[in-house]
Amino acid sequence: MSEFTNINLSLIVLLLPLFGFFIVLFFGKKFPKLYLAEVGIITLAFILSLVIGYSKLSTYLHQDILFSFTWIDFGNVPNLGNLHVDLGIKIDNLTVIMLFVVNLISMLVHIYSIAYMKDDSRYSRYFAYLGIFTFSMLGIVLTDNLLMMYIFWELVGLSSYLLIGFWYEKQSASDAGKKAFLTNRVGDIGMFIGILVLFTNYKSFSFDFIYAQIASGNLPFGSEAWLTAAGILVFLGAVGKSAQFPLHVWLPDAMEGPTPVSALIHAATMVAAGVYLVARIFVMLTADAMLVIAVVGAVTSLFAATIALTQNDIKKVLAYSTVSQLGYMVMALGVGAYTFAFFHLVTHAFFKACLFLGSGSVIHSMHHEQDIREMGGLKKKMPITYYTFLISTLAISGIPLTSGFLSKDGILAGTLAFGQLTGHWLIPIIGFSVAFLTAFYMFRLVILTFHGSPRNHHKYEHAHESPFVMVMPLVVLSTLSIFFWYTPNPISPDASWFTSNWITTPQTVVPKSASFDFMINESVESSSHNSHEEIIHSEKYTHAMHWAHYPAMIMSLIVAGLGILLAFTMYQWKKISPDKIADSVKALYKGSLNKWYVDEIYAKSFIGGTIKLGDILSWFDKWIIDGIVNGSAYVTKVFSKISGLFDAYVVDGLVNGTALFSGFVGFNFKKLQTGKVQTYIVLVVFSIIVLFFIIGPF
Amino acid sequence: MNGIPILSLITFLPVIGMILILFMPSKMAREIKITSLIITFLQIILAAILLSNFNYSAGGIYEASSFQFVEKFQWIKITGLSWIGTVKVDYFLGADGISLPMLLLTALVSFIAVISSWSINKSVKGFFALFLLLDTGMMGVFVALDFFLFYVFWELMLLPMYFLIGIWGGPRKEYAAIKFFIYTLFGSVFMLLVMIALYFSASETLADGTTVFTFNLLTLMDPTNYTTNGILSPLNPNNYRLAAYIALFVGFAIKIPMFPFHTWLPDAHVEAPTPISVILAGVLLKMGTYGILRISFPIFPEITKDLSYYIALFGVINIIYGALVALAQKDFKKLIAYSSVSHMGYVLLGMASMSTTGITGAIFQMFNHGTITAMLFLIVGVIYDRAHTRDINSFGGLANKMPVYTFFVTIAFFAAIGLPSLSGFISEALVFVGAFGVEEIRVLTMIGTLGILLGAAYMLWTLQRIFFGEFNKKWDDVLTDITFREYAMFIPLTIIIVFLGIYPSAMLDIMNASVNSLVEFLAKNAQGFTLSGM
Repeated sequence: MSEFTNINLSLIVLLLPLFGFFIVLFFGKKFPKLYLAEVGIITLAFILSLVIGYSKLSTYLHQDILFSFTWIDFGNVPNLGNLHVDLGIKIDNLTVIMLFVVNLISMLVHIYSIAYMKDDSRYSRYFAYLGIFTFSMLGIVLTDNLLMMYIFWELVGLSSYLLIGFWYEKQSASDAGKKAFLTNRVGDIGMFIGILVLFTNYKSFSFDFIYAQIASGNLPFGSEAWLTAAGILVFLGAVGKSAQFPLHVWLPDAMEGPTPVSALIHAATMVAAGVYLVARIFVMLTADAMLVIAVVGAVTSLFAATIALTQNDIKKVLAYSTVSQLGYMVMALGVGAYTFAFFHLVTHAFFKACLFLGSGSVIHSMHHEQDIREMGGLKKKMPITYYTFLISTLAISGIPLTSGFLSKDGILAGTLAFGQLTGHWLIPIIGFSVAFLTAFYMFRLVILTFHGSPRNHHKYEHAHESPFVMVMPLVVLSTLSIFFWYTPNPISPDASWFTSNWITTPQTVVPKSASFDFMINESVESSSHNSHEEIIHSEKYTHAMHWAHYPAMIMSLIVAGLGILLAFTMYQWKKISPDKIADSVKALYKGSLNKWYVDEIYAKSFIGGTIKLGDILSWFDKWIIDGIVNGSAYVTKVFSKISGLFDAYVVDGLVNGTALFSGFVGFNFKKLQTGKVQTYIVLVVFSIIVLFFIIGPF
Repeated sequence: MNGIPILSLITFLPVIGMILILFMPSKMAREIKITSLIITFLQIILAAILLSNFNYSAGGIYEASSFQFVEKFQWIKITGLSWIGTVKVDYFLGADGISLPMLLLTALVSFIAVISSWSINKSVKGFFALFLLLDTGMMGVFVALDFFLFYVFWELMLLPMYFLIGIWGGPRKEYAAIKFFIYTLFGSVFMLLVMIALYFSASETLADGTTVFTFNLLTLMDPTNYTTNGILSPLNPNNYRLAAYIALFVGFAIKIPMFPFHTWLPDAHVEAPTPISVILAGVLLKMGTYGILRISFPIFPEITKDLSYYIALFGVINIIYGALVALAQKDFKKLIAYSSVSHMGYVLLGMASMSTTGITGAIFQMFNHGTITAMLFLIVGVIYDRAHTRDINSFGGLANKMPVYTFFVTIAFFAAIGLPSLSGFISEALVFVGAFGVEEIRVLTMIGTLGILLGAAYMLWTLQRIFFGEFNKKWDDVLTDITFREYAMFIPLTIIIVFLGIYPSAMLDIMNASVNSLVEFLAKNAQGFTLSGM
């Protein structure tokens, strides 16, 4: 297939779900079966993405397929020259793998939803929303520039908002949707400013153009500090979208949405977009930026894992586990384990989607019961759900023969190597602790849900295995959690075609002085088109990774095994009472149960503060600003009243007074005007005499 | 377009309509409405003709030759006035890339407002007569290239507005109307003073060789036309240009409205009937920012440059302050009014950048705010017409009761939030791109981006309170989904908002040449005028 065909096909893949959105949204009411068209459209998109993926990975393995066009043309801008904003598509290996993952999971979730959402009054609209989500997500995947990334970034935010609040009659659902959108916007502002920094310097949004500029030594505002800042700012977008600490609060609440949505958007694809974004900007991350990213990821993964330990809502446990795993991926990117971060994104997408859809299957059969304390013993009633759930749990715990083992092991090896190379040992320590916690709480979940005897007999009696359209996706996804799709050697990720052929760490463009020395490959020119991995890295890094490989594998197995063992001891065999442990560390238990009170702190500080400030300013506006306006109007009025009075009594008084005075004078003096000439003469003479007396002395 | 005075036509067509209406008996309410509808529709056709004949590469701004659809002849000439000499005012109309978007907006919003006025039943004749007069005033402001003429149109629009709020308004209509009137008049006084001062500072040479003072804006933009000792002459070392700039700016700022001159706006909006709110927010506010771009910027480029930091500062204050105050509102209409304050802040910020992207963003934001906020006020009108209250908290769960209405509301709200794929995003993004590029206002710009968070906060909160949750049974009978007439108002606006969000070049290309020309002119003259430049 030619590049042109690939571009056209990917445009079709992108626009198909949008088309589905429009027809189902506008005609869904009239034709209630139209949702099937949407399912068909996604299936078609999936098939096309397979075609593109095959074509790309077979014919264009080391070549990116590019396409762009001018969207806005500012012409010849004074002092700048030609300025235009381009949009475009870039198909590289990352893209085609994401296309496959997104379309596959979206298709499975569409199919699953046919049964899961059956009785919903807004059935058609639900599928329309899935359509616009898929469209937006594919946009993120296909873009070759930051602007389009931001555009689709916001659009997935919209579809997430619509789907979290899908049951908007419930206050908690509409709250959660709003919270998700606003929390994401906080991160997006950072991302937007980061994009502004880059655009201001390079007059382009294109990833490749910007990286070429940085590689040639043209740093933003000429400084490495700004390069670091730009990286961290754009990363803030990922902090929001991928629910990293401290913006993780929205994701657990997002479980208010329908469960298939949680699987698709809030576990497998959209939340991974943040990781995808960091992977896209990976080459421009300075050492400082990477360290920040590693720390944020590590803190997130540990923080969320500690919360997941004590949650009793099946979806909440999975939600915190998602946050924790996303932290893992982000941490992996921070430590430079680029390929494994992306690998984990893919494996996690499958097993976490499976877990969520499995939990949906349980919830569906338990009549919307989500509390695991009300479950137990479901293994017998729902065998397919149980075994698929178990396989996915093994995968997320990192047990050999699963995909999770491969990707997790790679990440842990990466953190160990990072610790060895930079001395930041805390990061691998956190990494292994999280592996332990993950294995523990995931098995706690499995045991409490499926093992033992039922704790709520009434609900248990009614439980049943889900229909075919719901279990089929579970089977597909759990199969994808087994190693052979990714590598022939079940214990070594290095042998994987995934990490050695398809995804290789790109060469950094950051100047040497601002980069980790292990990120710089001394012999890049000769190897840039070589298909074997590791050469992109320095010798030093390769050595460190080799050194870390076996210790990481052994330790990860030990901690995972311990976690599982502890879970069985506590919940299956009941040798240790969870309540006793909870009592002995009451403060910690309560902290974990209450999510370390982050929501409460935010509610009191940022949210409460903003609303309070709004109230204060509103008061200020009404009484001070408008007070001045009305006050000056009042003063003017009083002044005019005074002038009115002055006018009436003084000015007019004067006028009238004058009149009165003349009247008075006239009245009194009219006697003089007798009309008799003699009298006048007498007066004249008299006056003259008086005048003589006055003037006389002169 | 040779020979056809199309700008005069589009400007005075409403006056013709007004005269027609005045001759119609007042009981022919329906015919009066239809007449107004036809007149405003013809205006849209004229605007479309303007658009299709528009030369995209002509700059305009300061160059008379690149203005389009120009009409110029002598309007007033009084000779032999002792020390003043000759008073001469030109009837000078023209369009460029800055005015055309505003003309399109005015035509569109007026048409939509007439549809929205269908529910007016109180002295219909008077309402539509005044409405059409207002229309002429607005159009005139956007096409006038003579300061005196501009001023006449500016004042012309004031009077009908006063009556439209004062007679057809809500409970506190007298207060709101007088506040609007006096506030604007207060600003106009400053404008008048500056106008007269400018008049005595520059002169032009007529064909017969005599030199006369002038109100011609293009003449006033050229520093070589100033007399050496005119009080606003840049050549005069003791000039009062800074004071004049501020005075003129205040005159325009009141209209925008810019903090702290904004408090007339919420009152006017809350009391005004829906169509008048639509006009007010959709068009009138833009006259302030348009005036700054058309008059203040090119006539006082060096002072604009000096004060650009403060313009940006006030822009950011508008953005943040407006959003925070909007957050506290319980009255739906007041909330939208404060959101206008916030959104007009973006326009100021974009203009302050004095860059192509920033000014393009500012003008585009003027247009988008016109369509989006018009839609928002129509949305308030729909609910107010039915429930006779605007108390946000008295509603809830309307999404199920009025699904189509909710659909349009969602689009308008998300457009106001600046969601990509809707027009508001492009303009806000361009404003930020432009402003961020200027080092002096970079930090301010970063603070300004908080507006996109706060905007989402008050909009989504409102959406939740009115449309989500449980439906309040009290409204069961009155709240019905939108009617055909309301469809007719929402659909064109929605199409424009979506279309310009996806294909912004349709509008940006119109303004591009003019904006580049303005930016170049500003850059050239911002360093202050020197004699050698003459």
